[in-house]
Amino acid sequence: MNARRPIELGRRFVHSFGLPRIIIALFLLSLFILAPFAGVNVGTSFSDTLNRFGMNAIMVLAMVPMIHSGCGLNFGLPLGIIAGLLGATISLQVNIPGPASFFLAILFCTPFALILGWGYGELLNRVKGGEMMIATYVGFSSVAFMCIMWLLLPFNNPTMVWGFSGSGLRTTISVEGYYLHVLNDFLAIRLGRHLVIPTGMLLFFAFFAFLMWAFLHTKTGTAMTAVGSNPIFARASGINVDRIRTLSVVMSTWLGAVGILVYQQSFGFIQLYMGPFYMALPAVSAILIGGASVNKASILNVIIGTFLFQGIVTMTPSVMNSMIHTDMSEVIRIVVSNGMILYALTRKTEAAR
Amino acid sequence: MSVHDVPLLEMKHISKDFFGNQVLSDISFSIKKGEILGLVGENGAGKSTLMKILFGMDEIHQTGGYGGDVLIEGEHVSFTSPSDALARGIGMVHQEFSLLPDFTATENIMLNREPLHYTWLSEIFGERMNRLDRKEMDAIAKAAIGRLNVPLDQEMLVREMPVGHKQFTEIARELSKEASETSEGIKLLVLDEPTAVLSEQEADSLLQSIKRLSEAGIAIIFITHRLQEIIDVCDTIMVMRDGMIIKTVPAEGVRVTDIAHWMVGRDVDTSQRQERTFDYAASPVILSMKNLWVNMPGETVRNVTLDVHKGEILGIGGMAGQGKLGIPNGAMGLFPAGGTITFEGEEIKLNDPRNFLDAGMAFVSEDRRGVGLLLDESLEWNIAFTAMQVQEKFLKKYLGGLVQWRDQQQIEEETNSYVKQLEIRCVSTKQKAKELSGGNQQKVCLAKAFAVNPKLLFVSEPTRGIDVGAKSLVLNALRKYNEESGTTIVMISSELEELRSICDRIAIISDGKVFGTLPATAPSAEFGLLMVGQTSAHAQGGEV
Repeated sequence: MNARRPIELGRRFVHSFGLPRIIIALFLLSLFILAPFAGVNVGTSFSDTLNRFGMNAIMVLAMVPMIHSGCGLNFGLPLGIIAGLLGATISLQVNIPGPASFFLAILFCTPFALILGWGYGELLNRVKGGEMMIATYVGFSSVAFMCIMWLLLPFNNPTMVWGFSGSGLRTTISVEGYYLHVLNDFLAIRLGRHLVIPTGMLLFFAFFAFLMWAFLHTKTGTAMTAVGSNPIFARASGINVDRIRTLSVVMSTWLGAVGILVYQQSFGFIQLYMGPFYMALPAVSAILIGGASVNKASILNVIIGTFLFQGIVTMTPSVMNSMIHTDMSEVIRIVVSNGMILYALTRKTEAAR
Repeated sequence: MSVHDVPLLEMKHISKDFFGNQVLSDISFSIKKGEILGLVGENGAGKSTLMKILFGMDEIHQTGGYGGDVLIEGEHVSFTSPSDALARGIGMVHQEFSLLPDFTATENIMLNREPLHYTWLSEIFGERMNRLDRKEMDAIAKAAIGRLNVPLDQEMLVREMPVGHKQFTEIARELSKEASETSEGIKLLVLDEPTAVLSEQEADSLLQSIKRLSEAGIAIIFITHRLQEIIDVCDTIMVMRDGMIIKTVPAEGVRVTDIAHWMVGRDVDTSQRQERTFDYAASPVILSMKNLWVNMPGETVRNVTLDVHKGEILGIGGMAGQGKLGIPNGAMGLFPAGGTITFEGEEIKLNDPRNFLDAGMAFVSEDRRGVGLLLDESLEWNIAFTAMQVQEKFLKKYLGGLVQWRDQQQIEEETNSYVKQLEIRCVSTKQKAKELSGGNQQKVCLAKAFAVNPKLLFVSEPTRGIDVGAKSLVLNALRKYNEESGTTIVMISSELEELRSICDRIAIISDGKVFGTLPATAPSAEFGLLMVGQTSAHAQGGEV
């Protein structure tokens, strides 16, 4: 009996923490250990990881409301990103330089996110049970539609349009002079030559994570979780199930919009056209690595998942490439992200803590 | 009854633990050919685990197997899957239905054992291209249903059946195995609470057919919570408590109170009666339903007109499928409904649960797992949720009501008080609802309804599938709640005795209409007449 106990405890730990999460965490840890031997600076790697964490975390956070309301993983995140892109481009069009442009972008993206999110939510209410598949195609088709619109919309700020024709937006637009690094540089902490902590961006995420956590503790947030857990129970408790679901989709879409703005201010560029096409997959697999399932997710899942996923994305190119001299990083990233989604979809209910 | 020297089934010193948690210890019993063994015990006494061991369910192997021996006709066996058990002539009818909803009764009965026709295609492509022999299928299914002696439509889709008929289909399937299989026919049939969802008359006809099967030499293990049935039909009664056999006695001369006493280890009064005389003249009508119709599959309500007086306990009875369950489900708005419902003088808008709840009514659904509970959430959430959403209880308000924060402490206190009051057996109030046993889940459903302090409470099948101990607790809780806070209660149940034990008067529903209303003190023969569709001299019409 006594000899079995540690094994039993170990098995429980693996079960509650999730085997894939443990494997990925160990893999990431080994990358950090290997880094100095491969001639990669750990400080730089770590600050890269933190940076990428901040860039992506809000888009991962955008997964939470829809998971809670039972709409599944938001494969339609590109729709939210498009709202964010509209906000960004309009902000640049208004042409107010400096940090103010960032907040203007958030302001401008909001109405688009609300309207698009509402329509998207209404659509998902009509396809209950098949949300994730429909969401994928909503994302894809909205990207395609916007490919036309980016050319046709009457933007004319010279920093954004094609130089030779004077109309139609370019594929990549620099945000330099507008909101480049507004959050990254805010209260940034420099430790030594290599390690920089982007405090502002992390605080910005922490603020949104707090809001989400708080929301889930309110009356409406409780209703949202209940709708996801058992919609018939929720209906029998007087909840308008469709309205709560729509609300969750709107929240998710808006967070996607804000998320891409945070991404841009750190990355330095607005990526239009096919840019948003595959943005949903890293966010989806990050939250799944974090231990969420199709119908249960917590803020902790978001933080752990984003860190692990982005850690691997950052570390594999530098470490693996210098060790085996082949570009393995992209392969590993794709295997991890798609494999994780596949794994999570096969086990529907169990979520790790 | 023929008695062989070697028993058909013998289980010797069976023990089982789940990770050190002993659930069965030293169980030994035997059953002879044609014997009916009644197995009773409270929820969690170990009945289901024992049956799982007999059938070699995966669950048992994955958790470290079991101790002891299983012998069939003196031969040592250890089944690794239910189909092994079936090959040796042991069949089981489960508590949960394992039927295909979109297939007819016949197709379900014959599933995967269909008689086949050879066609020329099978010559080429093998047996997969055989055609089903529909005629033969119908004949076998008909024979099996005939042995049960119940009015079951062979052509009806399972999806459209009332719940009792699903149970019959399931039993007919096991019986048909005896009729069709050439190798070892069915020798032992395990019935896990077959009558739990049946009305009394349906249950009676089932019991009759059980007796007939036993006369034909099939041994039967009969698990039920309805103790009178055990006494009526069984040869031997085996009582389990806390994983041990407390008593094995011949059924003759045993009284219900004896069994109940052995089961729970304390006295349970099952024959309590509602003794007060309710003063209808002094109590105004609180709820009045006029020409209510409800489109609930299997429980259609056609035209119900019924008045409920403030402070009474009204029982609604009737046979399964006649529409009694449709009344509360339609009133609440869970199924499409029409007609008028007036509560405290105000008309309630139908088809919107929120209106029903806002008016001060509550509903404890018969479908605990589907409608009644958030299975994946804690007890706290289950109990507090409705009250929080409808009445804004358990909320702390900040910023002038803009932020409505869940008050964890208050929720915990309230949940703890219900756990104590209703004796909900749980590890903590954070435990998930799905981990509780049926009886305790039912108590959680009641606590959820009590938490909204309703003026009128609909309770639908509150004791379905729960044991005697929990049953008397649930009924007493309802009665106490009615007496102490003056809440009007409308209780819907298939068990007439249960209704008579707490109700003031009982309405019998037949064919979607109120067939008659009697005071609970009326003799049971009169209720019996109403149930089968005859108006007695004393029964009044729908309006009282």
